[in-house]
Amino acid sequence: MKALVSLIAVLLLALIAYAGASVPAMRFLFGVVIPYAAFIIFVVGMVVRILKWASSPVPFRIPTTTGQQKSLPWIKHSTIESPSTGLGVIARMALEVLFFRSLFRNLKTQQVGDGTQVAYGEAKWLWAAGLAFHWSFLIILVRHMRFFIEQVPAAIQMIEGLDSFLQIGAPLFYMTDAVILASVTYLFIRRIGIPQVKYISLIADYFPLFLILGIAVTGVLMRYFTKTDIVSVKVLAMGLISFNPTVAETISPMFFTHLFLLSVLFVYFPMSKLVHMAGVFMSPTRNLANNSRMKRHVNPWNYPVHVHTYEEYENDFREKMKGAGLPVEKE
Amino acid sequence: MKIYNKGPVFLGIVIFLALALFPFYNNFGKANKKLDIKTDTPAILEYEKVNGKKECVEPKAYMRGEHMVLINNWRDAVVRDDNRGYLSSTGKRWNMSLQNGCMQCHSNKKKFCDECHNYMAVKPFCWDCHIQPVEKEETQS
Repeated sequence: MKALVSLIAVLLLALIAYAGASVPAMRFLFGVVIPYAAFIIFVVGMVVRILKWASSPVPFRIPTTTGQQKSLPWIKHSTIESPSTGLGVIARMALEVLFFRSLFRNLKTQQVGDGTQVAYGEAKWLWAAGLAFHWSFLIILVRHMRFFIEQVPAAIQMIEGLDSFLQIGAPLFYMTDAVILASVTYLFIRRIGIPQVKYISLIADYFPLFLILGIAVTGVLMRYFTKTDIVSVKVLAMGLISFNPTVAETISPMFFTHLFLLSVLFVYFPMSKLVHMAGVFMSPTRNLANNSRMKRHVNPWNYPVHVHTYEEYENDFREKMKGAGLPVEKE
Repeated sequence: MKIYNKGPVFLGIVIFLALALFPFYNNFGKANKKLDIKTDTPAILEYEKVNGKKECVEPKAYMRGEHMVLINNWRDAVVRDDNRGYLSSTGKRWNMSLQNGCMQCHSNKKKFCDECHNYMAVKPFCWDCHIQPVEKEETQS
């Protein structure tokens, strides 16, 4: 049901853009006004979210330790899994951000035998699909930079060349197009296929999947099937970034659907779970060095506590204590 | 609002802004390129004189989007099936050939093919096999 609502929402958004952009007067709205607004919301929203997170103090070290922390010299220290220095933290974060190290540890738990025993097994499919999805999305994003740079740098052309090096068909088939469609489809099937995952899945989980699938599908349609006037699309893109946009008549509604769904993604990004793009860098359980035994971390909002020591207590009651026959430290 | 760990947080924000706004400052102050596609080669002008109009094997809008598909299909038809006859949607017959077809009219590769391909950073592999036509360098007049 939640999946269906999300699917209908995305289809409705696509329909609005497709129908809207078919009206010539609306092309400026879908081609210029909405993309600008969406981009501003994205950039400002991300910065606001980061500042909001950064306004929470992190007084103590709370890293999840998955290896031996630094202790005695003859105990082998796991420098990346339980880093004690900034450099170790950078290595740990790099593994986390680039290769999803913590997801790689994902296990499945099963009852075996008569149900009194538990067995743990490998569960790498989520990790593999997640990695495939994120990397292909990144490569696709980098590839799209050819629309925003007039003299496309060799590095971007090289990525494009590698992505299309199978040389299938014309225009050349991009491997990442197939990978992103397959991995997003897997991530969706996983959500509805595994009962426990389905139980905890919300509209906020299905909607971005369908939205990204919609962006990918419209992009694939435009590249391989119903072609748009791609040169005019670049003219529009270059116009947008130089604040002098021109929307050509020859750009098809399919392009505006692609652009509108992307604009929705931009707006949705900072106010949804998708901000994990920034959030992953700000996880205290990942980005703190495990150095509690080497450094004293003082709580910044500690206030001076009035303490009444035993010495003071004895001074107050010494005579009475002596009278009662209680031992005192000072005569 | 007090911000904790200002150093790394602001470094992160600066990196994010530098990446997100890259197209804007990268293109700042540069004039946008005006595409200049020429379809006025002697062969095309001659064709226009004889037939009263300019026309390609298929209508312009179709050619603009699908020329790569068309040429790719031509390649397969010629190389694999030895078939050089093409019946277009307008009912005309054309000879399927790049060098003796397309490039006979569009002899100005630089101002016809390359103008858009370079702009879009597309590298067609036509000239991996075919011999690239020799063009005189255009003199500035």
